[in-house]
Amino acid sequence: MIELKNINYTYGGGTTQQIHALKDVSLQIPDGQFIGLIGHTGSGKSTLIQHLNGLVKATSGDILYNGQSIYAEGFSMKGLRSKVGLVFQYPEHQLFETDVFTDVCFGPKNLGLDAEEIRARAREALDLVGLDESYDKVSPFELSGGQKRRVAIAGVLAMKPDVLILDEPTAGLDPKGRDEILDQVAKLHRERGITVVLVSHSMEDVAKYVDRIIVMNHGQVAFDGVPKEVFRHYQELETMGLAAPQVTYIVQALRAKGFPIGEDITTVEEAKAAILQVVGGKR
Amino acid sequence: MGIIKASKLIYEYIKRDEEGNPEGVNRAVDQVDIDIQPGQFVAILGHNGSGKSTLAKHMNALLLPTEGTIWVGDKDTSLEDNLWDVRRTAGMVFQNPDNQIIGTVVEEDVGFGPENLAVPTQEIWKRVDRSLEAVGMTAYRYHSPNKLSGGQKQRVAIAGIMAMKPRCIVLDEPTAMLDPNGRKEVIRTVRELNRAEGITVILITHYMEEVIEADRVYVMDGGRVVMEGTPKEVFARTEELKGYRLDVPQVTELAWELKKAGLPLTDGILTIDDFVDEILAIHQKSGK
Repeated sequence: MIELKNINYTYGGGTTQQIHALKDVSLQIPDGQFIGLIGHTGSGKSTLIQHLNGLVKATSGDILYNGQSIYAEGFSMKGLRSKVGLVFQYPEHQLFETDVFTDVCFGPKNLGLDAEEIRARAREALDLVGLDESYDKVSPFELSGGQKRRVAIAGVLAMKPDVLILDEPTAGLDPKGRDEILDQVAKLHRERGITVVLVSHSMEDVAKYVDRIIVMNHGQVAFDGVPKEVFRHYQELETMGLAAPQVTYIVQALRAKGFPIGEDITTVEEAKAAILQVVGGKR
Repeated sequence: MGIIKASKLIYEYIKRDEEGNPEGVNRAVDQVDIDIQPGQFVAILGHNGSGKSTLAKHMNALLLPTEGTIWVGDKDTSLEDNLWDVRRTAGMVFQNPDNQIIGTVVEEDVGFGPENLAVPTQEIWKRVDRSLEAVGMTAYRYHSPNKLSGGQKQRVAIAGIMAMKPRCIVLDEPTAMLDPNGRKEVIRTVRELNRAEGITVILITHYMEEVIEADRVYVMDGGRVVMEGTPKEVFARTEELKGYRLDVPQVTELAWELKKAGLPLTDGILTIDDFVDEILAIHQKSGK
């Protein structure tokens, strides 16, 4: 469980360009949740996730990891970073080893584990992202964009984190590559019970996968709830430079014309079922 | 003949191992025929590695064909004497805005292109004014480009191309690195240029929402053009698109799913309005 208490973060202090990036943010991230973090560029979402593993230190406020303040004297930041894994945007830019397997070994090696454990973890992490032994000796630079990204994610998984934070893991990927990554993340969450925080611009993706959405706007939490609750505020989301999934607008347009359909629909499957219930179709 | 025409275009490159010995030949573009008419808004869709960017780079002679021919404004790009004309006819905008901006002030950046074409100073300023206006960035002309958002930077990059007065703009995934707002800004700008200025636009993308208003869509896979038609014609083949690792907008997907379940909907519904009209008609007929 990660707990943020009244986090403020300012930078450029003392200059005319001072920016208050996070304003009094309080949040709880219980174990095992799958959270979507959304907000337009500059809303503070990237700054927020960098606080979660101590890469950025809050100007004021406190962060508790399993009840312990990460800012307390003697708290092991190294330990925290092995438990809260952060996958940056375009993580494939951080691949550097000569082959896939060695690259994934880099993290666990730095944890000071023995050689056998390192190899076991690297193999397991690669299996988790769907890359079998045939990729072990391939240079990471010969892989496709989606595959490279999976190697980078495996590098973080090999640290066996309890919390996995992904900053726009699908940016620049084609639709199939996007589905592959997100399906694998969802599977990890389901089978391993790890906590996932997914930063995304795509409302369609968020609606399909997560159990909770946190919306950031101007450095503050604007909405926090299950997708249905949050997307009910689609008009406010638009004023924040965001939008609900397209299917939400379809449902609203149908309702406006008097078609009897409930408003809490956020996925294509739900819309299909609801429409068929009204107009039939073959069973 | 169209403004850009390719005939049996093939592009191959040699794969080499670490010592630089050839390992094999990759064919990135395979027997492509296209014919783009002046003033059209054309979209080229395809997944990563489908050959769409390689094809785009042939449109202003950044790459030359291994076999076959591509003509840009009637000029064969493989002849060195035509290079200047080809690049003046077709301007390119790339994915990463940070790699395309060189000026320290927005208006200087936009003026860089025409300056290199030896356009008289007076005329350069006129073009800078007009280009910035066309992309809606006049208010930022004295700003530093590195303080702009991604979408704004791309619009400056587009203005820089506009100032060279090309007849045709090729945009290679111009929105892939932008957030939804930036994406909308750029697409709106491009569409406006096509409509108001009559500039031929070739938009390369894998975002389906961006191609709905195109005049013509080409879908690429494995270096070949595998589908071609109006957006409606192409999106009607939902299953086939999925096979090429592509997606359709949620409204098209929902219509397709409902059709499979037996509702009498037309193929290739692209807009929410069309969808709502058809569903309401079905609802009325069913008498509930």
